[in-house]
Amino acid sequence: MGVGLASRAASKHPPNEKILLLEAGPKKVLEKLSETYSNRVSSISPGSATLLSSFGAWDHICNMRYRAFRRMQVWDACSEALIMFDKDNLDDMGYIVENDVILHALTKQLEAVSDRVTVLYRSRAVGYTWPCPFPMTDSSPWVHITLGDGSTLQTKLLIGADGHNSGVRQAAGIQNVSWNYDQSAVVATLHLSEATENNVAWQRFLPSGPIALLPLSDTLSSLVWSTSHEHAAELVSMDEEKFVDAINSAFWNDANHTDFIDSAGTVLQHAIALLKPTKVSARQLPPSVARVDAKSRVLFPLGLGHAAEYVRPRVALIGDAAHRVHPLAGQGVNMGFGDISSLVHHLRTAAFNGRDLGSMSHLTGYETDRQRHNTALLAATDLLKRLYSTTATPLVLLRTWGLQATNAVSPLKVRGHSWLSKILAHGRMTLQTALNFFELIFLAMKLSIFPVLMSKKVLARLVGIKVHI
Amino acid sequence: MWGGGKLSYSGARFLGVLVPGWRSSQTKCPGLTSLAVYSKNQLNWSLEIKPGVFNEYRTMWFKSYRTAFSCLNRMKSYRSPWTRLYSTSQNTVDSNEVKTFLALAHKWWDEQGVYAPLHSMNDLRVPFIRDNLLKTVANHQPGKPLSGMKILDVGCGGGLLTEPLGRLGASVVGIDPVDENIKTAQCHKSFDPVLDQRIEYRACSLEEIVEDTAETFDAVVASEVVEHVLDLETFLQCCCQVLKPGGSLFITTINKTQLSYALGIVFSEQIAGIVPKGTHTWEKFVSPEKLESILEPNGLSVQTVAGMLYNPFSGHWHWSENTSLNYAAHAVKSTVQEHTVPAEFVLKEETEELQANAYTSPGMHEELKK
Repeated sequence: MGVGLASRAASKHPPNEKILLLEAGPKKVLEKLSETYSNRVSSISPGSATLLSSFGAWDHICNMRYRAFRRMQVWDACSEALIMFDKDNLDDMGYIVENDVILHALTKQLEAVSDRVTVLYRSRAVGYTWPCPFPMTDSSPWVHITLGDGSTLQTKLLIGADGHNSGVRQAAGIQNVSWNYDQSAVVATLHLSEATENNVAWQRFLPSGPIALLPLSDTLSSLVWSTSHEHAAELVSMDEEKFVDAINSAFWNDANHTDFIDSAGTVLQHAIALLKPTKVSARQLPPSVARVDAKSRVLFPLGLGHAAEYVRPRVALIGDAAHRVHPLAGQGVNMGFGDISSLVHHLRTAAFNGRDLGSMSHLTGYETDRQRHNTALLAATDLLKRLYSTTATPLVLLRTWGLQATNAVSPLKVRGHSWLSKILAHGRMTLQTALNFFELIFLAMKLSIFPVLMSKKVLARLVGIKVHI
Repeated sequence: MWGGGKLSYSGARFLGVLVPGWRSSQTKCPGLTSLAVYSKNQLNWSLEIKPGVFNEYRTMWFKSYRTAFSCLNRMKSYRSPWTRLYSTSQNTVDSNEVKTFLALAHKWWDEQGVYAPLHSMNDLRVPFIRDNLLKTVANHQPGKPLSGMKILDVGCGGGLLTEPLGRLGASVVGIDPVDENIKTAQCHKSFDPVLDQRIEYRACSLEEIVEDTAETFDAVVASEVVEHVLDLETFLQCCCQVLKPGGSLFITTINKTQLSYALGIVFSEQIAGIVPKGTHTWEKFVSPEKLESILEPNGLSVQTVAGMLYNPFSGHWHWSENTSLNYAAHAVKSTVQEHTVPAEFVLKEETEELQANAYTSPGMHEELKK
């Protein structure tokens, strides 16, 4: 049906239906886990881990390798402002898992359900025939797919999980709002200078873009550095020693600090200290990097994309096919897994009610659920990216105070009521978040971006009005 | 809304509602009765039985309606069995109704079209049928909860309800007197290989299959049908005959109240256009009391009557305690009925057993005497 990470997971669920999975690539069997870590990793939220364990794939991941992180420190290169996410009860905030490991776990689990799920590797859909929008008695109401080898398939429901250049989305004629950022991400596997507990995810907002250090093991971390295209190209091509120096200075350098912002930040810090005598968590410094894994440096361009519609009769888009997001919040894969659990929930209910799985009546339910969630997250991520890409004093001051205030109001932060912790840890917006000073801007931004991201029809659906077309 | 839309209400409560209206009913009055609903239904009923409340025209009609019914019953009883085989007349089928539905036959599967309310009614009636049937079985296959059950969908139309029941695993027979409907339904299911096996459609009336299918079905569904039927009593008798003992009869229909005239016909058909004009005739609407009065003597005990409300703005149905508009009813054929049948009939042919089962019908009595 669709190709990619997400569709593999999606295929597990709908009960009693036969599922065919179309995968362009060959079947990859990982006989033995390679010693070196892959440079492509994902931050898996506890919610996504629950989904993965609900069909047994998480066990496979545990048997291979993953790294849990318990804290997250996000701080500004232009000021002392920082926010620390911490869970008192030592619960994991998330997991850093290599993409290969996730893929392997899913492939393994697919074999266990081979009676219901058939996978066609090295297959390519070249043409789609959509059902006629007006019910006709003589034409098939199903979707017909033509494969590269000339064979045709028919299905009640086509799930497009074929990435941000989704062929399904384009063939269905679903509009996609997208723009490319002036940034590319550089990823690499890094060796730390000394073994540490390494259970903190670090992220610093540099004016050129966020740099993140994600734990892989006691001595290894994964780098995700979003920066200008030129700088990214330079980073990938420079020699390893210079690259390591660039990373260390990116985390440690205070050259972007200005006295004004620093003193303004200190004033607020003192004010907070008066109101709240207990010590606000101080800035910690990330471990220093000793060297980079050879050949692990890769860059890829960044962009934002959002499909105006996630569903059409007998078509549903999930994952990157529906939305593409900046990696600064590490939410891309979790949004995809969120799509899956929502779609599975709606399909399961539909199946128990004897519904046609491709019917719009429940697919729109999926779309409404996910668009509400994803557009908020997308808009917030985009706003964060823009807000932190500047060194303009007013904005730096604004974000400094905002971050300090959020960090000080610890109950908000820990209970996960803060918008930032939500974006970074779980990604969910509620009304209470609007209480926060920062969030007012966020809301205004969201409202302005909302109509762009969604068609009128979808908006109407969100408000619950039925539109007859 | 009852219990947040779940099937957690007590059937007794609804039965209680029926009692004040139907005084001669043999139903035992349960202690639990919602006062508000009680008085409301009493009011509705009194409106219906007091001719004075109606305008003159309607009163006259009301009377003629009753007479027409008894006439038809008598006519039926004099019809010899063989004529039914060769004649195309379908005695509970109204030929005017056939014309109305013939014109709309191709529109069945347009989810946004004229039958949109029927499509969304599946959200209520499929779980209603499913959950009530699941009460009778101990263990069911996940994904195919109704597997192994035989269901008859009377007046299946384009198969809007037949297909969901088939998807739940039941083997369903859908019948409809309108040929075009059956063609539409047949064509629609033929695209789905699984449904193609589980569902069988026939263009016929219930009377035509009643003899061949006596006591074959675990459930009979007559959804939005009884308000189109010419001879309700015969129709319900036939429903009962094709049911296995202990089988369930599901009916959804429109109540016969002033509100249902105002909303069901004047508003839906004339003003809002939710339902095509001429779909319904108020005079044929059936109150739950009347329904029960016919079902009880046939050995069908009404378990549940639940109101359904349609929100034309959202296009969704909701469960409601108020049955004055649409309602769903679930009745169960008693298992003990077989013992009340005189022994001589049990060994005889199926057809005769059928007639014996319907011993309460005066028409059938005459037929037997002949």
